[in-house]
Amino acid sequence: MNSRGGSQMRLRGLLYKEFKQILRDPSSLAIAFVMPVVLLLIFGYGVSLDAKHVPVGMVADSPGVASASLFSAFEHSRYFSPRRLPNMREAQAELMTRRIDAIVHLQSNFSAQMESDNTAPIQLIVNGVDANQARLIKGYVGATINNWLEQRAERRGIPISTPVMLEARVWFNPEVRSREYLVPGLIAVIMTLIGALLTALVMAREWERGTLEALMVTPVTLREILLGKLIPYFILGMCSMLFSLVMGIFLFAVPLRGNLFLLLFVSALFLLASLGMGLLISILARNQFVASLIAILVTFLPAFMLSGFLFDISSMPGWLQALTHIVAARYFVNVLHTLFLAGDVWAVILPNTLALALMALLFLGMARLRIHKRLE
Amino acid sequence: MNKQTALHVGNLEKHFRAGRRLIKALDKVNLDAQCGCITGLIGPDGAGKTTLMRLVAGLLRPDAGQIQVLGVDAVLDPLAIQSKIGYMPQRFGLYEDLTVAENLALYADLQGLPPAERPARYAELLHLTALERFTKRLAGHLSGGMKQKLGLACTLVRPPKLLLLDEPTVGVDPLSRQELWQIIKGLVAEEGMSVLLSTTYLNEAERCAQVVLLYQGQVLGQGTPQEFSQRFQGRVWYAEQPGVLRRRLQDGLIRREEVLDAVLEGEGVRALLADKASPPNLKGILWSPMEPRFEDAFVAILAQQRRPTHTSIERAPVTFKKETVIVASNVSRRFGDFWAVRHISFAVKKGEIFGLLGANGAGKSTTFRMLCGLLPPSEGQLAVNGVDLRKAPAKARARIGYMAQRFSLYGHLGVMDNLRFFARTYGLKGMRYKQRLDWALDEFDLRTAADAIADDQPLGYKQRLAMACALMHEPAILFLDEPTSGVDPLERRAFWSRINALAEEGVTIMVTTHFMQEAEYCDRLAIMAQGRILAIDTPAAIRARAATPDNPRPKMEDAFITLIQKMERAA
Repeated sequence: MNSRGGSQMRLRGLLYKEFKQILRDPSSLAIAFVMPVVLLLIFGYGVSLDAKHVPVGMVADSPGVASASLFSAFEHSRYFSPRRLPNMREAQAELMTRRIDAIVHLQSNFSAQMESDNTAPIQLIVNGVDANQARLIKGYVGATINNWLEQRAERRGIPISTPVMLEARVWFNPEVRSREYLVPGLIAVIMTLIGALLTALVMAREWERGTLEALMVTPVTLREILLGKLIPYFILGMCSMLFSLVMGIFLFAVPLRGNLFLLLFVSALFLLASLGMGLLISILARNQFVASLIAILVTFLPAFMLSGFLFDISSMPGWLQALTHIVAARYFVNVLHTLFLAGDVWAVILPNTLALALMALLFLGMARLRIHKRLE
Repeated sequence: MNKQTALHVGNLEKHFRAGRRLIKALDKVNLDAQCGCITGLIGPDGAGKTTLMRLVAGLLRPDAGQIQVLGVDAVLDPLAIQSKIGYMPQRFGLYEDLTVAENLALYADLQGLPPAERPARYAELLHLTALERFTKRLAGHLSGGMKQKLGLACTLVRPPKLLLLDEPTVGVDPLSRQELWQIIKGLVAEEGMSVLLSTTYLNEAERCAQVVLLYQGQVLGQGTPQEFSQRFQGRVWYAEQPGVLRRRLQDGLIRREEVLDAVLEGEGVRALLADKASPPNLKGILWSPMEPRFEDAFVAILAQQRRPTHTSIERAPVTFKKETVIVASNVSRRFGDFWAVRHISFAVKKGEIFGLLGANGAGKSTTFRMLCGLLPPSEGQLAVNGVDLRKAPAKARARIGYMAQRFSLYGHLGVMDNLRFFARTYGLKGMRYKQRLDWALDEFDLRTAADAIADDQPLGYKQRLAMACALMHEPAILFLDEPTSGVDPLERRAFWSRINALAEEGVTIMVTTHFMQEAEYCDRLAIMAQGRILAIDTPAAIRARAATPDNPRPKMEDAFITLIQKMERAA
């Protein structure tokens, strides 16, 4: 009975069962289709790594023409929403209570000095609790003041004191919107969720409920059991990926500059690596609680933190950078960023795709080696 | 190896490692199961029944010894065996979100049943298990008995040569149990199937052709049930003493040298005498001989290893004001649209042993949790010791002792740690704290392993420890949720003698069980099925209701079956 026909019959039975279960279990459909929506909305609209409308306190010890003109420059910038405050004491109190993130302080002789020698000190106090935000504000304040100086010099027909001018162009994301960077990376996180977390959970559930014990004592082979899980969740993962893709392009207007089929191919490779990890976890941990903890710890969190999705890998310390090489999501995020924002850059895509293919092979192979028809 | 042998196990050994300990699950086990009959694997929890089943099914690898299934070596070629056997694990792997028909179809695919043969086979199996009307129902929505039958049907999709059934009847209501046995017997008679079946119910031994008695990983005996019991011919007697409470009679008998065992049965006491002893000539006791049973053999073998502990009733029965301490009126509990308990009412008096008898899923544990104030009822009134549980659950709980199913002990802590912890949580201090700890150690025979880790102790010891913890604060009411599930008969007897002693002191005891025999030990009992109470009365009165001309002295099991049939007819 272990003929080819028997094997096909068994696999068909397992697949039919798995699809029925997915359709009847609202939680797996929710992970595949509701989670992406929630994550995309949060990262598309909510989380932003850009500084916009930063509340800044403006203090001029003795207001004059120059200080008024500088303040209006801040008021016209879309990066700031400045508030004029009467004195430093009040401004400090506002900063303490986090109602403003920075103070621009002009001393009493500011207007006079600007009139006489075109140069005057400006004090900038930034709330450094969020170091990243502080750096951004520092940069933006500097840029705004430089702009103001330039325009002032132009108006008065005097040459600008800075001898070298930096002419910056931002490629691939000219408006420097962090959304265009976050949304493609999010696809890696979503696919990790389905490939590793969901798969580890459904397999562990079968151990817990004793269904796998009954299954093992039928003529079913291990290859059939693995394929019976792999195929349905692969399809589910790809559907979810397409769904996120459509949302990203049409809702968030993220460009797709590379080849769509190439994107699908690399996604499939990544999904296989994720599924391999999920299956491996559930073979080692046979209860849902442990399986979900391990899956979150070794797949989901690394995909979030170490993939370059949220935090730049090249600014991590060396040992952590080395560690990111065993995170499959790292390669995928790299490809995603390139395909979405830059285009078919083969020099980036080829090595990363190769790494993903190797990882898929490794994890699936390990799952196949570790699963056996015994309960020990 | 002869042709008649379906299963041969020789010198089988299997160890498990739990932390630093090595557990001998099976120790040099030898057994043979004949073709075309039912071989029963009987023993309490922890005997090694499931391990043996899994070894035979090729799911575990033995540490030593051979297993031959239908002439094939199970260790070398598990796949060859898996296509010849059917195996139904303890909690059968039904996919609860698939329907009855879908579960059957899945197993038909997995076992490679040709599509042409399917309609006929499905019809046959559904007829056999009486599930025809439920093919579209999700397996998760079936009752415990129906799930068990569906599990059996799935295992039988392609008729196996050897059928392995791991505790198929434990915790199932007696009607479903009877039906399961009829199905299995039919398979053996009509299809010539060989069956290896494990159970903790000793009274199921009589239904098997061959019995293997397994205890703590060792085979204590093997043979036909008659071979076990015949040795005790003439040693089993029925004692009656008109005008004396049967519990007192039992207590008097068990303390005599010549009595090995005494259990309540009917209106009197069933006594197993020591070898060559004759019934003690006591005033007023009427003796009549009885047929020995399989259980007698087990008790006698165990009694050779250790003398059963017995807590005797010292004081003369105190006459209490028989006030009512627990009242439930029209109580229901719903979970979503599922009614776990449906409009039940009962009252329990002080010093009474009140039993809830029913299958798994009948609503016993839910009722208990409501009575202990752990779960609010959806409807109805509950009062314990005169305190309304809705208004002051904490106050009611202070006088309650509760022993949960599977004993809620801290397994990784020591025995003493557990006792100390419970004593402290109940607020015991100073002298009383010391006294109660000593009391627990002596009364429950815990000194033998007081310094050891709780989880390392055998089931019976853990049960005693859990009960000691629940009694630490001398509660007025004791709730015991399936306290004797899976323990051996000696432990079971010791347990009930303690319960009797407590009841004599005026402690009210509520106990749940799915052992029909234990129902006899209660003063009154409520029979539950599907969240309803089918009958409340004394055991004798409940039995008497089921009397018919054909069956003038029905057993508790017969009474239960009659009640379920009546309920099903009404539905």
